[in-house]
Amino acid sequence: MKVFHFTEQAYPEAWDQHQGSLRVVLPNRILDPKIAAERFHRYYDEWLLADELGYDIMVNEHHSTATCMASTVIVTLSVLARETKRARLLVLGYPIAHRPDPLRCAEELSTIDVVSRGRLEMGFVKGVPYEIPVANTNPVFIMERFWEAHDFIIKAMTSHDEPFNWEGQFFQYRHVNIWPRPWQQPHPPVWSTTSSRTNARVLGQKGYVMATLGSGYNTRALYDAYREGWRAAGRTEPAPPDRFAYLALVGIARSEDEARRRAELVAGYPRTSGIVAPHFRNPPGFLSVEDNARLLQGKTPPRSFTKDGRVVNMATASVQELIDAAIMFCGTPDQVYRQIVDFTEHCGGLGNLLMMGQAGHLSHEDTVDSLTLFAKDVMPRLKELKQSAAAAAAAE
Amino acid sequence: MAEEQKTVARVRLEWLERGEGRPILFLHPGIGIAPDAPVLDRLASKARVIAPSHPGFGRSEQPKDMTTIDDLAYFYLDLMDELRLEGATLVGISFGGWLAAEIAVKSTSRIARLVLADAVGIKVGARDTRDIADIFAMSEAELAQQAWFNPEAAKRDYKSMAESDLVAIARNREALARYGWQPYMHDPKLKQRLHRIRVPALVLWGEADRIASPDYGRAYAAALPNARFELLPRAGHFPHLEAPDEFAARVLAFEGDHA
Repeated sequence: MKVFHFTEQAYPEAWDQHQGSLRVVLPNRILDPKIAAERFHRYYDEWLLADELGYDIMVNEHHSTATCMASTVIVTLSVLARETKRARLLVLGYPIAHRPDPLRCAEELSTIDVVSRGRLEMGFVKGVPYEIPVANTNPVFIMERFWEAHDFIIKAMTSHDEPFNWEGQFFQYRHVNIWPRPWQQPHPPVWSTTSSRTNARVLGQKGYVMATLGSGYNTRALYDAYREGWRAAGRTEPAPPDRFAYLALVGIARSEDEARRRAELVAGYPRTSGIVAPHFRNPPGFLSVEDNARLLQGKTPPRSFTKDGRVVNMATASVQELIDAAIMFCGTPDQVYRQIVDFTEHCGGLGNLLMMGQAGHLSHEDTVDSLTLFAKDVMPRLKELKQSAAAAAAAE
Repeated sequence: MAEEQKTVARVRLEWLERGEGRPILFLHPGIGIAPDAPVLDRLASKARVIAPSHPGFGRSEQPKDMTTIDDLAYFYLDLMDELRLEGATLVGISFGGWLAAEIAVKSTSRIARLVLADAVGIKVGARDTRDIADIFAMSEAELAQQAWFNPEAAKRDYKSMAESDLVAIARNREALARYGWQPYMHDPKLKQRLHRIRVPALVLWGEADRIASPDYGRAYAAALPNARFELLPRAGHFPHLEAPDEFAARVLAFEGDHA
């Protein structure tokens, strides 16, 4: 199992200064650029440490929000492509349907792949609904636009002999001929995220790495939908664990009490992430009309479950509930290891742990200590964890 | 007389038609039109009212390749050809008013009169301000405050509504975004094309409309070669719902003046 260190690069100094929305409409005068600079450098330092400790690295972006200051993955990736030595650099994700110019995306990502000498993992995402008001992409066509941008980027990265033209529904180009072409052939690995079985099946057919976030004990159903798609594409071997990724919060320390203290700080992420005005949460066309009809009646489908079937609301859950729902792994190294192994068995295979090793108000010192402890006492055991083909086959 | 569904110009539509005489093609706003809306009966007392749900709205089919306001406008030109309408009055409210203007700049061969009520569709103000309130960036309560003279009248009890009606509401919202998300509720080229609409036009505006202000309506009327502007009291962005009698009376009087 590979372990990726991830932080949202939050600006928690603003978390108590909102009028009901930490996203979209929170005025940027609240942000002090000097504090922001301190935080950016600190988050980069933690990624550099993660590189030294044997982690891989995950980065992301959001817009107009104090929950995540990174508004372009390309800046973060540029810094890390040059400054890190060995870690895989996973962007999860790049909201390609929101970008006006996928040619620029292909050029940027290829350059990152070359500068990092082939360490880029390309996660393409639809993006959360509250990105729509800022991106201004028509939410009704978001998935069509996503797949057209995806098809274009892949073609741009894999066409080497002569320029091509593109006259699509959303994008038009002439003389497409990107320099540099990517280091990895035929192109850097593709990842995506989903919370729907329908989309999981599509990702399985394509054989891309599929990540889920906060899906807890609902994860197995999504992985099984992926496996269905994987088989439907005519593959005879079961989908290997490295096709699956899970994003979890981690609170770890030498003592359980200290781990719980850190976990409370890390839980600042789920407790603030959803603070956004309701009308930005559900742009038209983002959900199906049937789902929207149910929403009008006040019926929201639960998303996160504990192992014994209790529904957990990420925004209000206690640390214990987050642990019960496998949204967080928390405790001493032994406890954390056992929780991860137990969850891996639930999933029927899991090759990539995306670890939110820093979130919210967790200090630099705490983050360094947590990352170091996990790298020393948990990661080696996870790397050796045998996920046999038999287990994967049983999952089929 | 009334049919629930009708296929016209290759699209299966939710179809409302009642009354006899001169045709009024009634283009509903983004919130759709209910068959029992009193305004329809008022107009139908003197005219043949045709009020389909636009493609993608209500219970009308959404053709996948119909993605822009232009597509809708050409669809309605086909519809008027297929129905062989002559000397029609085109009445559009809000989004339906935008659609009516887009139809009329293309051809008025079957249109004798145009009524735009609280219509969106043109850009008149500065580039760093909105002419039209962003209805997708406000709560339902705020929307009622901005759009209605009497916000209480906008309240709906979703819990007691039939599933099919809720689906129609959700389809309306999605279709409105489909055609009007960006540029938001307008076509940057429309204003410079309005000079082509030489038929008489009535620009009718709810005086309490805060989605698109009466001044926006006056700018619309000024850009039309042959228009008059009238304010409707005690009405907001949907005057056909808040003041159906007065709305119908103004439309019918305008028809009478240009018979």
